[in-house]
Amino acid sequence: MMDYKEAGLSPDDLKEMYRYMLLARKLDERMWLLNRAGKLPFVISCQGQEATQVGIGFALDKANDIISPYYRDLALVTYFGITPEETMLSAFAKEGDINSGGKQMPSHFGKKEANVLTQGSCVATQVLHAVGTAFKFKVDNEPHIALTTLGEGSSNQGDFHEGLNFAGTHDLPFICIIENNKYAISTPTDLQYGAEKLSDRAIGYGMHGEQIDGNDPIAVYASVKKARERAVNNEGASLIEALSTRLTAHSSDDNHNLYRTKEDIEAMKEEDCIKLFRVYMLENNIVDEKWMEAIDAELKKVVQEATKKAEAAPYPAPEDALKNVYEEVN
Amino acid sequence: MAKMTYLQAITDALDYEMGKDENVFIFGEDVGYKGGVFGVTVGLQEKYGKWRCLDSPLAESNIVGMCLGAAMMGKRPVAEIQFAEYILPATNQILNEAAKIRYRSNGDWNAPMVIRAPFGGGIHGALYHSQSIETIFASTPGLKVVIPSSPADAKGLLISAIRDNDPVLFFEHKKAYRLLKEEVPEGEHTVEIGKADVKREGDDITIITYGLMVNYALQAAERLKEVGYEAEIVDLRTVYPLDKETIINATKKTGKVLLVTEDNLEGSIMSEVSAIIGENCLYDLDAPIMRLAGPDVPAMPYSPPMEDFFMVNPEKIYDKMKELAEH
Repeated sequence: MMDYKEAGLSPDDLKEMYRYMLLARKLDERMWLLNRAGKLPFVISCQGQEATQVGIGFALDKANDIISPYYRDLALVTYFGITPEETMLSAFAKEGDINSGGKQMPSHFGKKEANVLTQGSCVATQVLHAVGTAFKFKVDNEPHIALTTLGEGSSNQGDFHEGLNFAGTHDLPFICIIENNKYAISTPTDLQYGAEKLSDRAIGYGMHGEQIDGNDPIAVYASVKKARERAVNNEGASLIEALSTRLTAHSSDDNHNLYRTKEDIEAMKEEDCIKLFRVYMLENNIVDEKWMEAIDAELKKVVQEATKKAEAAPYPAPEDALKNVYEEVN
Repeated sequence: MAKMTYLQAITDALDYEMGKDENVFIFGEDVGYKGGVFGVTVGLQEKYGKWRCLDSPLAESNIVGMCLGAAMMGKRPVAEIQFAEYILPATNQILNEAAKIRYRSNGDWNAPMVIRAPFGGGIHGALYHSQSIETIFASTPGLKVVIPSSPADAKGLLISAIRDNDPVLFFEHKKAYRLLKEEVPEGEHTVEIGKADVKREGDDITIITYGLMVNYALQAAERLKEVGYEAEIVDLRTVYPLDKETIINATKKTGKVLLVTEDNLEGSIMSEVSAIIGENCLYDLDAPIMRLAGPDVPAMPYSPPMEDFFMVNPEKIYDKMKELAEH
């Protein structure tokens, strides 16, 4: 793991990063439990990718930068301001779901107040929305950036190529992060692309390209921070490939034991970014076991509270299905 | 008022809105220095600068998706697709993204954008430069699909489309660009989206149509007058969502209705108009609903005799009108 001082981070920063990583993990784990208990129809996970996501978040100016995330980005959007209660309301498809008012499946994030663009299910479309946002920042001379994320599977879609080509053409203040977790549902990388590194595609788009360790939140932070500086200084866009790990099946409707070997699944657990970061924090005397126990208990309570409130919340009215098709002028 | 072609009226609308609102920008293939392949955006880059009338790379999904991102951030993009057929690579961004932004975010985000594209036949454009593609988009709640039939409507509807807070598809008939010319109000001029217009009053038969076919139907109606019948002509102007009230009233007025589109017959806009009439006007009809459209072949052929065979024209409309009037 990268030296945090070298990255310009303080021990307090690390604690805050760990907090968001663990919060997202606990929310995610709780949703799986609720799914297996028959209370939620669907879950799709961030587990294993929290380091990449929180590293990204920390490098951005969340008051002004815009993110166009994908469905695994629970840790990133939690850092940006979608609250645990809002996440649970969305999971239960309840009225207060800020993402969609119960219209979309969970993990289709969006919250204007938190600078999170709305997303659908067709992968890579969000890349172009971030590019359009970056275009706005460029032409209006605003010192902000737009960042999008997607899986390596989605990086084969046309919208990815069209968007990065345009961002490169005009050096837009744009960052694209490929969260390469090595599987597109069941399809491994050797059936997805022939390139050695996906970040090498950056050459073709005329932008900076870089492959990094996505299990190291400090390395991700350092890389995205530099990319952000280049972007706001008119030095162009960046494509960053964060090598990460998918600890769960694709979704609650998938069984990865059918296409992953036992050895692969066991080895993957050793790459669990939360475990790795925990060890790093303890070994570097950032925190002690007591702090770890306390944060664990605190976040458990946060998740518990959010779940309870969401479960008790009302469903949308049936007729709410008719609302927000077009602007409603009173 | 000034005399303008359909094309000049569209340019005038763009110029007027760009002058009024600095968030309006144009993005499309060859729209900048060249001013578009039809010349609709000529002079706008020079007047408003590179970023406000920008040439896009040749990638339609990027044109629409980039504009959608900018629209969500408060810009008012006008995307240009060079020919209507070329919009298909962008359909995912239009149908799955732009149309659903407001709904899927429960009103948190919206997409105030216009997508302009020239459509229609009769210009020796063959299969891929002659199509009517409005039905692909005209059953998607969240979208509005506008097709003007005259220079004045083109200006007023385009200004309204740019000011609309939801995505609007704006199809311009390329044969109309230089064929149609009339007095157009200078400066501020809007036409309400979602409202059809009665372009000619008559008591004997009702023609419901849109686009270039409105002009052709008006020509046919003047000939029909000579044999003693007066036709009411309704211009839909917005083909989605349809103005049901005007369709129903105009049908009830004469009890005889001819629906005209230059699109293929099956599954056309007129199929829905026909259903509205069937549901609401059955007991007011004095003749079966009659439809006139292109044949159900993939698209318009290139060779002149085959193109003429496909294309609806004033003569074909006149023949159908007369047949209906005499029913």
